[in-house]
Amino acid sequence: MTDSTTRVRPGHSGLRTVLSVSTAAALVIAVAACGGDKVDSEPGASSGGAGAAGDCGTVKLAVNPWVGYEADAAVFAYVAEQNLGCTVEKKDLKEEVAWQGFETGEVDLVIENWGHDDLVKKYITERKVAVDLGSTGNKGIIGWYVPPWLAAEHPEILDWKNLNKFADKFKTTESGGKGQLLDGDPSYVTNDTALVKNLKLNFSVVQGGSEAALIQSFRTAQKQKKWLLAYFYEPQWFFDELELKRVTLPEYTAGCDADPQKVACDYPPYDLNKIARKGFADSDSPAADLARKFQWTNEDQNLVSKYISDEKLTPEKAAEKWVKDHKDVVDGWLAAG
Amino acid sequence: MFLRRRPRTATLLVGVLGLWILARTALAGRWTLPSDPSSVTAPQQWLNDLRDTLEADRDSLGIGLLIEPFRQGIDQLVTALRSLLSQPALGLPIPVLGWLGVLALAVWSAWALGGVRVAGLTAAGLLFVGWQGLWTESMDTLAVTFAAVGVCLLVGVPLGIWAGTSERFARLVTPVLDLMQIMPAFVYLAPLTLLFLIGPASAVIVTMIYAMPPAIRITAHGLREVPKDMVEAAVSMGATRGQLLRTVLLPAARRTIVLGANQTIMAALSMVCVASLIDAPGLGKNVLKALESMDVGTACNAGLALVVLGVLLDRVTTAAAERERFGPGTPRRSRSVPGFRRWSFPGFPLPERLRTRHLSGRGVPLLCGAVVVAVCIQLSRTFVWAAQFPTRDPGEGAGRAISAAGDAATLWTQENLPGLTTDWQQFTTTWAIDPLQSLLSSGPWWVTMAALALLALVLAGPRTAGTVVGCLGCIVLTGLWQDSMVTLASTLVATAAVLFLGLVLGVWVGRSRRADRVVRPLLDAGQVMPPFVYLVPCVALFGAGRFTAIVAAVVFSAPVAIKIVADGIRGVPEEVVQAATAAGSTPWQLIRRVQLPMSARALLLACNQGLIYVLSMVVVGGLVGGGALGFDVVSGFSQGEYFGKGLLAGLDIVLLGIVLDRITHGAGNRWHSRIGPPAVQMPGERGETRIERLPAGADGSGEKTGANSREELASSSSDSGSAQRRGPAPERSVRTPMGTRNS
Repeated sequence: MTDSTTRVRPGHSGLRTVLSVSTAAALVIAVAACGGDKVDSEPGASSGGAGAAGDCGTVKLAVNPWVGYEADAAVFAYVAEQNLGCTVEKKDLKEEVAWQGFETGEVDLVIENWGHDDLVKKYITERKVAVDLGSTGNKGIIGWYVPPWLAAEHPEILDWKNLNKFADKFKTTESGGKGQLLDGDPSYVTNDTALVKNLKLNFSVVQGGSEAALIQSFRTAQKQKKWLLAYFYEPQWFFDELELKRVTLPEYTAGCDADPQKVACDYPPYDLNKIARKGFADSDSPAADLARKFQWTNEDQNLVSKYISDEKLTPEKAAEKWVKDHKDVVDGWLAAG
Repeated sequence: MFLRRRPRTATLLVGVLGLWILARTALAGRWTLPSDPSSVTAPQQWLNDLRDTLEADRDSLGIGLLIEPFRQGIDQLVTALRSLLSQPALGLPIPVLGWLGVLALAVWSAWALGGVRVAGLTAAGLLFVGWQGLWTESMDTLAVTFAAVGVCLLVGVPLGIWAGTSERFARLVTPVLDLMQIMPAFVYLAPLTLLFLIGPASAVIVTMIYAMPPAIRITAHGLREVPKDMVEAAVSMGATRGQLLRTVLLPAARRTIVLGANQTIMAALSMVCVASLIDAPGLGKNVLKALESMDVGTACNAGLALVVLGVLLDRVTTAAAERERFGPGTPRRSRSVPGFRRWSFPGFPLPERLRTRHLSGRGVPLLCGAVVVAVCIQLSRTFVWAAQFPTRDPGEGAGRAISAAGDAATLWTQENLPGLTTDWQQFTTTWAIDPLQSLLSSGPWWVTMAALALLALVLAGPRTAGTVVGCLGCIVLTGLWQDSMVTLASTLVATAAVLFLGLVLGVWVGRSRRADRVVRPLLDAGQVMPPFVYLVPCVALFGAGRFTAIVAAVVFSAPVAIKIVADGIRGVPEEVVQAATAAGSTPWQLIRRVQLPMSARALLLACNQGLIYVLSMVVVGGLVGGGALGFDVVSGFSQGEYFGKGLLAGLDIVLLGIVLDRITHGAGNRWHSRIGPPAVQMPGERGETRIERLPAGADGSGEKTGANSREELASSSSDSGSAQRRGPAPERSVRTPMGTRNS
């Protein structure tokens, strides 16, 4: 309704027009004042959680870019805000940058860490700016996977010794005449090039470059019954969509992966852990305590991941849903002592 | 037909190529300098150590002290903008401006700057973004973009003025700008957060590094384009340097400077996704988060919001530039410049009536508008309905429909196309990418280097050949020779595809207004849509590999080439076309004999820009199986021990960019001076054989710079009363830009 006033043509008496528009404007404000919710009177819009904003303060939580991590972060943040009255500041960061944040004080907590020996050495052992807060309870599994249709039709392929027999089938335009082993996001630990060489496999590693490329390749492979061998990992929301099968490699024994050039054994099971900034861990913030006690199973994480990736809930809603159904687990994290 | 004119060049080329293939076959597999993916060479390790030192001694080195005030300034600027637009501020749960306030203010500014049409467009665009459920995210993106652009212009325009008036400074600054624009952001993201900490300030600085060069380049270009005789006249009248700058140069270049702002904004927007890797607020986060769970639909929705914002900002700044140009009260005759604004990024031609609108007498309506804006702002600070956009969740409103449509389209392509696309992928990989890659990378490095240098010598001359040897030598030293050659092969294939599309679609679009109207929006979307959005569908269609990387690069680069070629075709004088048609030319003859030869400049420009744009997608290609340098850069960003390697890989991309840029330029200049002016060319053209030196920009700055020179061509001829002429007319001095007229 106010728009029409802007169409005043030049040539009218300028002053009179401006005056009349101003009067109309005042009128609009006066009329509008009669109805509608006022901003400051809106309930629930005030920031902060339901809990008393106590001594917890702000927790700077790094959020690394994968759904499983997002699930951990969402549940941790939900509990910290709702039960402890903390303010959780989430920061979307890649792992390297997140660890740098321990040094500069920009990050308090990394809640799901996959190994990263070089970072552990640098920031925990040498610089002493970060500490290990123990396991999240999740077991990380890394390995080579094939799509379910292939495992069903050729079950023998799930043993690495038979891989060479089928190398031809895995050939692509990218693999230079050998079978293709597709790798993904370079952030993850991989010994694949050394493994292929040391196990004398007639394969070559092709860099897919991202997790998205891996997942999409598995989807396509399943749909079109294509042969695909690729590096992948659990826990991962994608297993909900497609039950990938893992190829067994020579068994892992402690120390068999000591020399990265001579590795000829499977990846070790990773105990996913939490890393905190030293200053944060040493503080008496209840959030640091919660971070220490935060533990759940792969099933728990997969469930929250599924809420996020499949049901498309926001992380907050997903966490709320899970926490409501798992009061006992959460109570365990919050118990004193 | 050009080769027929100069058989010597063609023979030489074939000769070099034959020798190369012979040498490569004879010496296959020797001295190939293979790059071991897991090794770290000495220089790479040195860079890692440098980074570690920087990290450990951030404070003791005094770097913190130097940088901290700067960082805090930027931080405060972003915080202020965000509390204005997107974040709770002043003790209320809403930003200073609620959506109604922002909308009113934006529409009013667009109206004041550009006119009624862009104001309407602004209203529609902002409402659409809100309806998508992305209001807050869009405002965050705008806040970061505006902060970056503000600082860029504050620093860039003065530097541009300096570069425009001092040849020495320009020569000094050009390689730095090349580096800033071609070096992939992935390389410096992590170290930047060491210096500037994690947060919006770092995001702004990352954006600035990429967005500043266009501001500097285009400002400098604008100043240099000011006609010499105008400057001479001012100097002869005793103007000092300062006076010359204030009263002649700046007013004359004002429109170009506004176009520089336009390109700076566009470059800044293209960094939105990358910057969100270090926690930049805004739409980039939506895109990346959605892709974590392969949710293409949601990513598409956020990408579309970015496209809408990009188009809006482009239209408003372009309209503002246009207004700068014509100003109030210019007689109608001199305003209707044929083809003006053809080059505008995304851009469709504005209707005549807007171009020729009289602008005077807007004071009163503007003032009334201001009152209305004030009312809206007040409302938006008082009432919830005016403060928070009704649709606040991308899962409702238009966002839901767009996501669903995006998902459906992706699914459909996955279900129905792969048979076709797989064959295509295999054919191209086997018959184009592999042979070229093998020629470049599996022979001795010095054979490849010598061959490329000889090609440069034949095509562009000894100086360029020297540059090529220098750059390739540096690549050898970085220890990533083979990766660089693999990337070069993919780049060349992608560029060939871009040129092919540019020629075919460009000619079509250039010849038909209707085609233009249909294709333009698609081209705009291809340029502004974050590549992350279409990576997943690309992998679905072509699998992870080099071909997919090439497809992604073509999607991004072809629009530029198409726009440039179409513009060239449209620039062919109407009466030449009519004469040819009257003489009985078939459409095909017309295209081949008249329209293409006469847009030779545009073709060269398309080639050059196509190359540079393709190179800027190397890293994105690395995310979908492109491997080589792109993957090196990505892994350098992801793994600390490969930081040095990633940095050097980024440097190699820059070096390849310089090599290709110099060769195409040299070849272009030679070719152009050789074929001479087309038969109908006016004498003014003859003197200007050198092609406008383009920035090796990866963001459209080049396009725009070319545009400027072209617009200058068009406008100068029309101002001097011969609208049909191409090329600067001899009576160029007649031209008096409104700025000077006013002063």
